[in-house]
Amino acid sequence: MEMVNRPYAAAFEAYAVQHPEVLCLSADLTSSCEIDGFRDRHPDQFLSLGMAEQNMLSFAGGLGLAGFRPFLHSFGVFLYRRPYDQLMASVAYPRRKVRLMGFLPGVTTPGGMTHQAIEDISVMRTIPNMTVLEAGDATEVESIVAEADRVDGPVYCRILRGAVPRLFDTPIRIGQMRVLAEGEDVLVVTAGITTEEAIRARGALARAGVSVRHLHLNTLKPFDAAQIVDHAASVRHGVITLENHLVTGGIGSMVAEALAEAGLARRLIRLGLQDTYAHGGSRPYLMKHYGMDALSLVRAVERLTGQATGIDEDALGAVRIDAVHSIVKAEAL
Amino acid sequence: MRNEKTTEEIARGIRARVFEHTIRNNGGYLSQACSAAEQLAFLYNEGLNLGPSTMPMVPPPFGGVPSADNPDYVTGAGYNGPFDAVHDRLFIAPAHYALVAYACLIEVGRMAPEGLGMFNRDGSSVEMIGAEHSPGMEVHNGTLGIGLSTAAGLAWGRKRMGHSGQVCVFMSDGEVQEGQTWEAVQAAAHHGIDNLWAIMDVNRQQCDGAMDEVMTVGDIATKFRDFGAVVAECDAHDLKAMRAARATPHPGRPLIVLAHSRPTQGMESLMSRFPRLHYVRFKSEEERARMNIEIAAELGVAPVALEAH
Repeated sequence: MEMVNRPYAAAFEAYAVQHPEVLCLSADLTSSCEIDGFRDRHPDQFLSLGMAEQNMLSFAGGLGLAGFRPFLHSFGVFLYRRPYDQLMASVAYPRRKVRLMGFLPGVTTPGGMTHQAIEDISVMRTIPNMTVLEAGDATEVESIVAEADRVDGPVYCRILRGAVPRLFDTPIRIGQMRVLAEGEDVLVVTAGITTEEAIRARGALARAGVSVRHLHLNTLKPFDAAQIVDHAASVRHGVITLENHLVTGGIGSMVAEALAEAGLARRLIRLGLQDTYAHGGSRPYLMKHYGMDALSLVRAVERLTGQATGIDEDALGAVRIDAVHSIVKAEAL
Repeated sequence: MRNEKTTEEIARGIRARVFEHTIRNNGGYLSQACSAAEQLAFLYNEGLNLGPSTMPMVPPPFGGVPSADNPDYVTGAGYNGPFDAVHDRLFIAPAHYALVAYACLIEVGRMAPEGLGMFNRDGSSVEMIGAEHSPGMEVHNGTLGIGLSTAAGLAWGRKRMGHSGQVCVFMSDGEVQEGQTWEAVQAAAHHGIDNLWAIMDVNRQQCDGAMDEVMTVGDIATKFRDFGAVVAECDAHDLKAMRAARATPHPGRPLIVLAHSRPTQGMESLMSRFPRLHYVRFKSEEERARMNIEIAAELGVAPVALEAH
């Protein structure tokens, strides 16, 4: 699997220099959000707003009113928790073309509770006028910049940084989920970093005779409920959602709502954070500890089908381990 | 666009209209008219470069909130004139001053008097807490503290686009209790946003009562200076002093005019209610009748003719 180093940095710079109405805003996490090179090379298009997110959100609303399209860079949590009121009144309500680039989604940071955006999808998708996107690989990170900037209104994006695997060879398209497998036993719905886990699990499940239908979501709002229902109707045993997020309010809830509204009776297992905060640790450790990894998905499939697969850690192959202290950002925050 | 009336006449008209409305409706933001009448009259009549209103004199009914399905949505900004390169923009940061701002729009000929009759009526755009779609409102400011930040962003953008028009914020002093106000000032100073200025109604009142009782804020002039603004101070009821304060040069920095006001200016009878002045609702028909006569006499207008109950 190809690993791409800092795909956001290169993609944002290439796009922004072609679009002078695009502004690069940062709240003191410039290198952590991979825009330090952009700041150094294009200072006229870069605005440092400091550790003051409430002002940054309203300020961005004012920039939007002036006709600019500011890209706000910070960790996802800092774009909605503290400045929620400003997000609502200054950005979302007036449909400003503000692009919220949320880094470190879910458990992709060892920073613990204060740094882990575990309810961002839940919060963002309930906000009227908001579009919510999530990148699942290097190609989606690269293409999310231009795609987000097409949105006629505000958009929140879950962005992956550092070394990111390349899973897809076509760019992200808003509203177009990826059908990665068309099996008939179980429907698996993933997004972001959980897609790679599901791809690993699928290989082992296929050898064990379980046929998986696998959907990768990159557009969380608007949510294509009809297509989810169609896929759910075409499998034998039920549906599993696997998300880097709380199971309440996120993809698990969206799928549940879709099935209920369509009156489609299918069992549903929602994997992800189960009404709990996470804590600081490496991504593989956290995904395993909180039941968000490939093996957790295999066990959920066994519960749905009622049949053991015999798959264990070894069968899932060599698990990719990310060092907490990568060369890209020594602090890893 | 300069009005034929003097700024003093407009200020008197604002007080009279808000008084009449408050007596008629047995409640209103009366104290805000006392403290802010000269400030809003100054902004609309001489302080700002506003083009003619682009909106109908009688406000249209509520036309829905902004959404992808509502392409005809408009804000109330058109009452302040067209958004072009040369004209100023005005944000009314304390949106509960809306009643006073609407009265001002009528006095300067931008809204018909019938507009005030739609105040706080179901289905009307003339909302009690000024909404983005309410006459004269350009953005949502109902949560205090967000106005100056939004204006700073707009001003930065206008400067980059080469606009000569400036951005002005009418603020209330209670907003200095919000941290965001200080974030906004430091950002505006850091980025040299000097096409931004604010006039703040320093009436030292807030919802719970006198600010010194609710939360002491100290010397706000010094605090604003320390955060990077140029500060000018004036008596909020002395228009000559207000003009001089507004004329203070502020290259590379935002200007904050602290207009020290009296929450009962022009209606001294209201002192009997001090310090509960945020929203005046009469405690009894007797108080309402007494205020009707006393304040009318102070304002030099006839008492409001009330229907018999």
